[in-house]
Amino acid sequence: MTTGQSPVGDLVTIPRLLARNASKFGDKPAYREKEFGIWQSWTWAQVSDEINALALGLLELGLNEGDHVAIIGKNRPYFYWAMVAIQSCGAVPVPLYPDAVADEMAFVLDHCSARFVIVEDQEQVDKCLDVNDQLPGMEEILYLDARGLRKYDHTHLHDYREIQKRGLAGTKKAELDARLAKQDINTTCVMLYTSGTTGRPKGVVLSNQNIIMSGKAAAEFDGLHADDSVLAYLPMAWVGDFIFTVGEGYWTGFCVACPESPETMQHDLREIGPSYFFAPPRYFEGVLTSVMIRMEDASPRKRKMFKKYMDFAKEVGPKILDGKPVSFGERLKYAMGNLLVYGPLKNTLGLSRVRVGYTAGEAIGPEIFDFYRSLGINLKQLYGQTEASVFVTVQPDGEVRADTVGVPAPGVELRIADNGEVFYKSPGAFVEYYKNPESTAETKDAEGWVATGDAGFIEEDTGHLRIIDRAKDVGKMSDGQMFAPKYVENKLKFFPNILEAVVFGNGKDRCVAFLNIDLTAVGNWAERNNIAYSSYQELAGHPQVLDTLQEHVETVNASVAEDPMLSGCQIHRFCVLHKQLDADDGELTRTQKVRRRIIEEKFADLIAGLYDGSEHISTETEVMYEDGRKGSISATLEMRDAKVFATAADKVAAQ
Amino acid sequence: MTATDSYVTPDGRTIGGVMMEMKNITLRFGGVVAIKDISFDIREGEIRAIIGPNGAGKSSMLNVINGFYHPQEGEVWFRGEKRPSMKPYQIAAQGIARTFQNIALFHGMTTVENVMTGRQLMMKKNFLWQMLRVGPAMAEEVVHRRRCEEIIDFLEIQHIRKEPVGNLPYGLQKRVELARALAMEPKLLLLDEPMAGMNVEEKEDMSRFILDVNDQYGTTIALIEHDMSVVMDLADRVVVLDYGKMLADGTPDEVQKNQAVIDAYLGVEH
Repeated sequence: MTTGQSPVGDLVTIPRLLARNASKFGDKPAYREKEFGIWQSWTWAQVSDEINALALGLLELGLNEGDHVAIIGKNRPYFYWAMVAIQSCGAVPVPLYPDAVADEMAFVLDHCSARFVIVEDQEQVDKCLDVNDQLPGMEEILYLDARGLRKYDHTHLHDYREIQKRGLAGTKKAELDARLAKQDINTTCVMLYTSGTTGRPKGVVLSNQNIIMSGKAAAEFDGLHADDSVLAYLPMAWVGDFIFTVGEGYWTGFCVACPESPETMQHDLREIGPSYFFAPPRYFEGVLTSVMIRMEDASPRKRKMFKKYMDFAKEVGPKILDGKPVSFGERLKYAMGNLLVYGPLKNTLGLSRVRVGYTAGEAIGPEIFDFYRSLGINLKQLYGQTEASVFVTVQPDGEVRADTVGVPAPGVELRIADNGEVFYKSPGAFVEYYKNPESTAETKDAEGWVATGDAGFIEEDTGHLRIIDRAKDVGKMSDGQMFAPKYVENKLKFFPNILEAVVFGNGKDRCVAFLNIDLTAVGNWAERNNIAYSSYQELAGHPQVLDTLQEHVETVNASVAEDPMLSGCQIHRFCVLHKQLDADDGELTRTQKVRRRIIEEKFADLIAGLYDGSEHISTETEVMYEDGRKGSISATLEMRDAKVFATAADKVAAQ
Repeated sequence: MTATDSYVTPDGRTIGGVMMEMKNITLRFGGVVAIKDISFDIREGEIRAIIGPNGAGKSSMLNVINGFYHPQEGEVWFRGEKRPSMKPYQIAAQGIARTFQNIALFHGMTTVENVMTGRQLMMKKNFLWQMLRVGPAMAEEVVHRRRCEEIIDFLEIQHIRKEPVGNLPYGLQKRVELARALAMEPKLLLLDEPMAGMNVEEKEDMSRFILDVNDQYGTTIALIEHDMSVVMDLADRVVVLDYGKMLADGTPDEVQKNQAVIDAYLGVEH
């Protein structure tokens, strides 16, 4: 790795970037948080003081170099500061998902042998104390919100602000400076646990080099600067949040705003009006669904105006964004539309000022993607993963499409293996999996090529990468055709009525699918059609709902049939599950990705039913409630047949 | 222990001396005797529950405490003084706030506006000043708004701050009502069936809030509740009423073992 002459100069660690920002942007807002109904803000100079105070306090408590410190809470400035304070002490911050149940948390805390834990409130303190006896290494807990904690034993429990005060009153200044001076670009910056669609989570170690180089490259790619702003609302344990808020935020010095609570996020987004925005496809889908539902309730005149201008925007909007030639008349009409429809709509969605917006993680429906782009929002896709410090490929301005994930990000090299798996080499490529040399060796070879686990190909004429599926999920049907479940699932999920789909068929002669309905969209439809239902389960089993979903499945089959490579993946039979797939039940990861194998085991009876031709199957499923108790739901599901289509190749043969 | 002794509960809370004492209260509506010769006390910092079957006189008792009803016989002592007959708003000014069994919010107003009404007694500027909303009136409002926002934060209802309460689900309306009562910064908080009509999760949330209010603000709480498991978990001491008469008074354990209480709740073989 490069030492000495680095492209980032002296700014080789996050604490050094902090010092730079404090002197260069001292009076500019660095963090905002809405509290007590008002946006509070902190300048870079204040942030620097807060971080120093906490770092000194942590030294007073006895934090050693190389220790891991877990951070468990929602997005709040105090936690972002804590991460940098921990880095300043030469220790490693490990942000965790705050909604993880105590057992999941215990695994991670034990694996990284965290001595200190910084948490938000009583709920998280209780979780830590619950698993305390399994974790002999855990020594001190710091909390932010004292509510309900007054009666707790405070020998090893501390108020965050008290520790800051202790730090300022203490005598560790020289030690802190010495530790800061020791750090270089290869010092570990952060450790993030990947949610893992299979098996236990793995701790991805990312160095300052990974984070700073990725942050710098991404910031330069999109021309971000100190006057930009973001809303930090995605889990802190997720690599994207770390890169956007800390990597790019510290490199450029822009302002990070934290919402008041998860429920107020949409409202806070509107008030902040960020210029740089990231959201998973799910978010964009949800917002679009709610816009469409609200438009259906609008007056006929407004509905007509909305339709007229949105149809027009679909033609012209993306062209204007991409800088393609557009006639004066069309521009004029677009400006009118902007005044009447697009502008107010963007304002309501909090996207008025977005210069660069990204989505990633899952495929996004072309209609959804086009909707935002036609409004004039520069929404782009990127492809990345924790091990790459996010960026593998990115869509440059002017080359944005729904079906690709863009060209290699600056500094990234790509290679496609014979089996179709995508490999990359980049400055952001992770150091190792913590305490897991086998997995590290499996993923990253001696030359630094990292396996993504995704299968894809590079389009010859454009150089854009297209992802088909997870490499290990891609299989073969019994007749030798390619089986790529995600490809079909994504097509299904583009229908607003379908929230989640799981396709099976590896090694079989035909494919079958489980579907989850989207309660918002289908519930709204039911209300309009006077269909009464008392529960998710009842609505999911309604014959008319099944009819609609059958149409969707058949539409998808028709489109899949057109692709000669994947035409074997048409869905012959399907059923609508009686429960929503849920991370609490282990069916999804915390980042809402489907855990195929677990679902396959759990609902084996239903899969068998889909293959043996039964019309109805009764089943009982165990579910976990939010408070950790278990219950079970039983249901009788209807299995439906769907029409399949002859493939393009078959048609030719028949002629 | 005598009435003035303070003691510490097993979970570490300090319960002080007697705050309010009801002495031989009898309340009649014409010929109907709603409450007959009942005496009990409420101590500083405790969570006191009043339970009993329907028509036992629980709500009437609460209405006596907050001055809405005036008992024909008996005395109410508050903080060492015998309380003369007072209007409810005078009693509110003494630091007694309440919520209602069937939610009494202003439906057209937003959450924050409803909570602000809880501060009305503390606002010193007159109606005209408040209408103009300038200068000292504005300064006053800002101070009170800050207090309300702290309570909104405490009860985690930020997301409905600007929502008219009429649009809110029942469980949240109950929480807004609690917020309004807390906005008065009461010494004694009366809760009339705070969990009625809630599902298990909402009940758990509400229980947590009640405990936190008691812990954080040191507010003494008297509550009426039907859900026995809630009462047994929350309350320090329980009064059991039946047809206007007192059946038992003691800790949840004592009350649960009391034969008269078991008979009243489960019925007696005849």
